[in-house]
Amino acid sequence: MLLPEWLLNRREFVAGAAASGALTTVPMVGPSPALAETAPTNAVRLDVNGEPHALTLDTRTTLLDTLREHLHLTGTKKGCDHGHCGACTVLVNGTRINACLSLAVMHDGDSVTTIEGLGTPDDMHEMQAAFVKHDGFQCGYCTPGQICSAVAVLAEVEQGVPSHVTGDLTAPMALSNIELRERMSGNICRCGAYSNIADAITEVAEARG
Amino acid sequence: MKFATPAGENPIDRLSVVGRPVPRIDGPRKVTGTARYAYERHDAVSNPAYGWIVGASIGRGRVVSIDTAAAQAAPGVLAVLSTLDFAPLAPGFRTTVHLFGGAQVQHYGQAIALVVADTFEEASAAAHLLTVEYEVAPGRYDLAAEAATAEPVADRDAPDYPVVDRIGDFEAAFAAAPVTVDQHYTTPDQTHAMMEPHATTAAWRDGKVTIWTSAQIVAWHRPDLAKWLGVTEGDVRLEAPFIGGGFGAKLIAQCDAPLAALGARAVGRPVKVTLQRPLVINNTTRRAGTHQHIRLGATRDGRLTAIGHVSLNGNLPGAFAEAAIAPTRLFYAAPNRYLTMKLAALDLAEGNDMRAPGEAPGLMALEIAMDELAEKLGMDPVALRIVNDTQVDPREPDRPFSERHFVECLRTGAERFGWDRRNPTPGAQSDGKWLIGMGMAGGFRLNLLLPSAARVRLEVDGGLTVETDMTDIGTGSYTILAQTAAEMMGVPLAAVTVRLGDSAYPVSAGSGGQFGANNATSGLYAACVKLREAVAARLGIDAADAEFRDGRVLSGDRSVALAEAVREGPLVAEDGITYGDLDEQFVQATFAAQFAEVAVDGFTGEMRVRRMLAVIDSGRVINPTTARSQVIGGMTMGVGAALMETLAVDVRHGTFITNDLGFYEVPVHGDIPHQEVVFLDYPDNKSSPMKAKGIGEIGLCGVAAAIANAVYNATGVRVRDYPITLDKHLAGLPRVA
Ligand code: FES
Ligand code: FES
Repeated sequence: MLLPEWLLNRREFVAGAAASGALTTVPMVGPSPALAETAPTNAVRLDVNGEPHALTLDTRTTLLDTLREHLHLTGTKKGCDHGHCGACTVLVNGTRINACLSLAVMHDGDSVTTIEGLGTPDDMHEMQAAFVKHDGFQCGYCTPGQICSAVAVLAEVEQGVPSHVTGDLTAPMALSNIELRERMSGNICRCGAYSNIADAITEVAEARG
Repeated sequence: MKFATPAGENPIDRLSVVGRPVPRIDGPRKVTGTARYAYERHDAVSNPAYGWIVGASIGRGRVVSIDTAAAQAAPGVLAVLSTLDFAPLAPGFRTTVHLFGGAQVQHYGQAIALVVADTFEEASAAAHLLTVEYEVAPGRYDLAAEAATAEPVADRDAPDYPVVDRIGDFEAAFAAAPVTVDQHYTTPDQTHAMMEPHATTAAWRDGKVTIWTSAQIVAWHRPDLAKWLGVTEGDVRLEAPFIGGGFGAKLIAQCDAPLAALGARAVGRPVKVTLQRPLVINNTTRRAGTHQHIRLGATRDGRLTAIGHVSLNGNLPGAFAEAAIAPTRLFYAAPNRYLTMKLAALDLAEGNDMRAPGEAPGLMALEIAMDELAEKLGMDPVALRIVNDTQVDPREPDRPFSERHFVECLRTGAERFGWDRRNPTPGAQSDGKWLIGMGMAGGFRLNLLLPSAARVRLEVDGGLTVETDMTDIGTGSYTILAQTAAEMMGVPLAAVTVRLGDSAYPVSAGSGGQFGANNATSGLYAACVKLREAVAARLGIDAADAEFRDGRVLSGDRSVALAEAVREGPLVAEDGITYGDLDEQFVQATFAAQFAEVAVDGFTGEMRVRRMLAVIDSGRVINPTTARSQVIGGMTMGVGAALMETLAVDVRHGTFITNDLGFYEVPVHGDIPHQEVVFLDYPDNKSSPMKAKGIGEIGLCGVAAAIANAVYNATGVRVRDYPITLDKHLAGLPRVA
């Protein structure tokens, strides 16, 4: 094959996974290692929104994909799959986590609460109702994560769990505006509903006293 | 219905449902996780296979070979679609990119393969077994380096403007002006970063395909998909009832949609595909960065005599230029003007529409320049803008604005924000270690008129069903369409069911360019007028003088229950709105005055936004709650544009390295204070029978400059290169206590 000189000079082979990972310039062409015949699976027992589930899962399955693809609980969202956005926030044994950063096999025996476990359209949780009232969302895609986080934030404050902006660690903890915003900062809303979300959470917090 | 003359009084003016801050009717579904997005259609599709898209890992060149053997042999894999096995998909509407097919790589991240497997994990693992051989060609990735090759270019969306738009004698007026500003500004490439990545589920049946996808405008996707799949448009059903944000990224189809459909055809089973977050950034579209040169000349009392605005940007060969000069054409009076755009070839992911295309980056520069001019004049920035207001198109003085209340926005904003407390001397206000500053800017965005249709059915139970392919991307379409139907037919909001985003429904304007709300509700208005006529005909009432109120039809002394009209079966009406030339006779636009207060850490340079206010003039507000949300969303995106968002280009390889939500920083809760929004109430009877205008983009326009001006007011260090990060002003900060 005849190629212009500039192309010949710059010709390089890039091998390996061409997916979104880093560009490799190592000139390596060769057979890739084959994968094992079948992926290992594991039995996982989960309690989700009060219902027990016994699953056999590919060990690579995240908690997020378990909920969305296996249990068809699609209220929990995937915004990044990287732990950056918070759309996948759920409560595991009462503590909020990013479900995309956690493998299902790490949660054998755990109790998971998702947005579907908080309320339904006809019987909304007080936080869900406050989000509707204050229009604390637009597209709705970050919303289940925001609401799960918000519910957890109120519990954290009640339990006296400090945050990065907490001043006096021995004083009774209050949910000031900056406390709230700091604690919610792991949940991105690109629609930019933050100001309304803060109003919604504040209302629920104040109603609880 | 053709809308060719200004609207008179009509049933919408009653404002019994329209204009009220009713909560979203789709809200309970969104907050309970029961609204289903494109990748979540377990209700419609059982047992889907999973597709994983592989993007090119070179910036420009050719795919020589793809060895798929190992992937094909991997567990669970059903098919591997290699770009080399497909003819290039011809570029679709408003794009120059081949989404898939062929050997050519136009930009980094372009799709070169789809791996389809039984599970997501299997597809992802197998994708990493592909061996790809490339022939790398030199690419153009650095706008500054390509600037010298740039050519003047027309505005894709306003092709009637001369490429070099001159009015009067700019050079002479600028040279003669006693006070001038002559500065360069840069805005970076940005990404939409909507929270739902592009996603599609596709299923074939008897040669027809149903595509559940995340589309802002259904009718902009369907013809391209039919073409790429080699079927008729009638064979493609598209559904997009819920969309997790778009901001322009989902105006046109991206590779997930054709690949899901091609994959599903290949494996004979439904397939779902989503873009991995880094692919969203490198594979789809961006807001193209700009280098802008602005020259302003003014008299000593602040009247602009000369405006020069030259904007450079880069895009794939044949693609369009970001119209950063667009707002400058119409925002301020000045007899001598010189506006032009230049475009260089860049081999980066295509520059294309992002929220307020043109206006957003243009105002980021122009509105700093105005602040600089105000300072040179020793004039208040609000007053400077008031002095230069124009009520006519500066290039065609016979063409007035339909409604323009920018001055009132400015005055109202100044008063509400406490602008008189601003210290005009930069770097002179502090609060402990914090330097405090206030800034403001004007916002401008055109109001666009597009045809839009809808169907409305009066059911036998007295309920109304609205169907249109309009989408709700978070904008509130479900709710404002229900309000419109309820107002027109005189029924309670709860009686209205709205179905959206289905290609089986009448074609709407769709969601984009802040044209969705006004056009889609106007299309429904037209359908409701027809339905009123049908109802009146059934009841033997003259439609012209009938009033529809409280579930009854009133005419003279007759009062009949609406339900009477459907005793023998439902009534259906379908119509749409089309427009005459009222947008040519009049400039139709929306306006904003944006105010911000910032605090800058005197030691570290860190910036915090303390207060924000927007005063908006955008015609009738159909729903103050959802409209306010649109505006605060724009203001939030403006904070990102001002202080953090940038797609950093690796100019060696042509890839955006800030390719996820960790590195591409967008505002989070901690960055956003309470935001105030004020709407002026000026219904625009030349816009539509709704008398509404766009709302989805004006909230963003001017925000970044207002913050930039506030930061300058705090620090005295003028940064003209967005985003304003602390490294750009740290060395120049004044001493704090
Ligand atoms: S999907 Fe888990 S943090 Fe984004
Ligand atoms: S509501 Fe759309 S991202 Fe938060």
